[in-house]
Amino acid sequence: MKYLDEYRDERIALGLAERIRERVTQPWVLMEICGGQTHTIMKYGIEDLLPEGVEYVHGPGCPVCVTPLETIDKAIELASRPGVTLVSYGDMLRVPGSQTDLFHVKAQGGDVRIVYSPLEALKIARGNRERQVVFLAIGFETTAPPNAMTVWQAQREGLENFSVLVSHVLVPPAVRLLLNSPENRVQGFIAPGHVCTVMGYRQYEELARDFRVPIVVGGFEPVDLLEATLLAVTQLERGEARVENQYARSVTRAGNVPAQEMVERVFEVGDQKWRGIGTIPQSGLRLRAEFATYDADKRFGISDVHVEEPAECISALVLQGIRKPTDCPAFGTRCTPEKPLGAPMVSAEGACAAYYHYRRHRVAS
Amino acid sequence: MAEKSPTLNGFSCPLPLAAGERILLGHGSGGKLSADLLRELILPAFGNETLLRMDDQAVVRVNGSRLAFTTDSFVVKPLFFPGGDIGTLAVNGTVNDLAMGGAQPLCLSMAFILEEGLPLETLRRVVWSCREAARAAGVEIVTGDTKVVEKGSCDGMFVNSSGIGVVPEGVKLSADQARPGDRVILSGPIGDHGIAILAQREGIEFEGALESDSAPLHELVAAMLAYAPAIRCLRDPTRGGLSSTCNEIAGQSRAGMLLEERAIGVRDAVRGACEMLGLDPLYVANEGKLVAVVDAGAAENILKAMRGHALGHEAQIIGTVTDGPPGRVLLRSRLGTTRIVDMLAGDQLPRIC
Repeated sequence: MKYLDEYRDERIALGLAERIRERVTQPWVLMEICGGQTHTIMKYGIEDLLPEGVEYVHGPGCPVCVTPLETIDKAIELASRPGVTLVSYGDMLRVPGSQTDLFHVKAQGGDVRIVYSPLEALKIARGNRERQVVFLAIGFETTAPPNAMTVWQAQREGLENFSVLVSHVLVPPAVRLLLNSPENRVQGFIAPGHVCTVMGYRQYEELARDFRVPIVVGGFEPVDLLEATLLAVTQLERGEARVENQYARSVTRAGNVPAQEMVERVFEVGDQKWRGIGTIPQSGLRLRAEFATYDADKRFGISDVHVEEPAECISALVLQGIRKPTDCPAFGTRCTPEKPLGAPMVSAEGACAAYYHYRRHRVAS
Repeated sequence: MAEKSPTLNGFSCPLPLAAGERILLGHGSGGKLSADLLRELILPAFGNETLLRMDDQAVVRVNGSRLAFTTDSFVVKPLFFPGGDIGTLAVNGTVNDLAMGGAQPLCLSMAFILEEGLPLETLRRVVWSCREAARAAGVEIVTGDTKVVEKGSCDGMFVNSSGIGVVPEGVKLSADQARPGDRVILSGPIGDHGIAILAQREGIEFEGALESDSAPLHELVAAMLAYAPAIRCLRDPTRGGLSSTCNEIAGQSRAGMLLEERAIGVRDAVRGACEMLGLDPLYVANEGKLVAVVDAGAAENILKAMRGHALGHEAQIIGTVTDGPPGRVLLRSRLGTTRIVDMLAGDQLPRIC
């Protein structure tokens, strides 16, 4: 399959691994930011191909994982109301709220539906005028354009029974926070290719300059990640710190401008809470005032719920790359994908679930 | 009425499911939740030696003959899909459950649960495709039932089918018989059925026609049974996919298993759909494939016998039973690295991006 087979080609992948081994003279810590990249690293065992001392820590780029518990609880509350249909991306349904999850709400009669595209939520709203249809609009810069488009479209159609519960996060402010942390160990980054497809990589140039850190925009296949790793360690070995674009088949410096304009039209930047990390200034998107009527928070008057994370869950440290999932005493025992304590154990892209699904045989040995 | 506490005959019952719990869709996925439900709620009530073998069919001795007996319910949506419908699925699925025990299928039952308002024409189409599928498989439908439920109580039509077959002397297949060194054979590429259904249900179109692989496997099995003493077990990887089947065999045999990614066939259309939807073909359902665990010495002969049959011409040796941790299934990737192939908790969920 074109654009896939060549990026999983073993000869190319093993050749890149060999070049990384030749290039490296000392230990380096890299962070892959996106959960999709974490998933590939775990699934293909990329770390096993790297020389001793070159280490990946897994960044906060799993949208399911960083969605605050409050948002999940609000979604659960709305889905439990008789006249409401809650529409969501699939992997949000298993995320534990403070009491239950959306799967259980569905089993108890709540109308919860899974869609692949938010535009399908509009279709549901059009076909069920007597119901309030709420779309759980979460994600990074990647899902922001389709989510914005949905709200814009709803306004254009005057669709009155549709609203969105928004929890949108932005990558660069989180990277800045990590780099400012005294506990930071990360020396180079593999930036998220899908986010940069939308946003371009100009914002990452500021980060590379301000913190003297190499950032390589990377793709999601084994060859992508190995090539991005080679570029990053080459910069580190040479003492360079700039942005390079490994994922050039999809990413340009300016990004997808019409998509950015759609986001800009519907959303504005504001402070945002990240599950496991806390509030990061100017790190999220919220609906602009002219779209306030589509804000589920306002429409249903859900007051801010304040909830506590399970004390045992170390997802805060995992999502910042300070600790590995396997450092957690609950990993694989009291916390599993069937009974997760925290969100990184839920989504396929969460670091804990990726370790559990693919790598726990390595941990044991 | 005084209740007598059940005797479990050595079957150990872990903590029961919490009283407040409810059935989730995931309990029907063929993954861990399904296994938990059986282990914690069903088996403690019915546990007996035959049932606890946990094979796709029960084999019971009657007047010197070994009869295979199985039942299965079909709730597929949509009722009609490329490559078959709920009727062909019921016939072939029941035939296959018998065939996986090495049995020659004899006869089936067919019970229809019908929703008020269902067009008679729909039922007629399904009944006739049952007839055609049974004729093609060489079995008779000898008993059956119809029930009607109120509109909204079922999704058009549910079908239950049971089947009886005879197991030839010398054939003893069970999922607890895999031994380190045995080879794992897969009869063809995986994921066709699940993706064909999903594509139809979601209205997704892919390049290249994709049909369900629904087919009766008993003749393929009969061709393999010439090597019967070397065949440890057969399983058809239906819901839960190849991963669940391999995990079940490894678990019941208390052995490890190492699969080779490059040997597991996946058609381009299935691979493309899985990439797009964020699914792993290892977990997608099949309705016309089988997994065989066989003695290493006979593996090449059995493979040859399978490839001589239309439903096995793409058969491959995909792995080996190991003395690794009991129940642990590993996959060696094309890069030479290994990873775990887990049983999923519930259904595969489409990822957000």
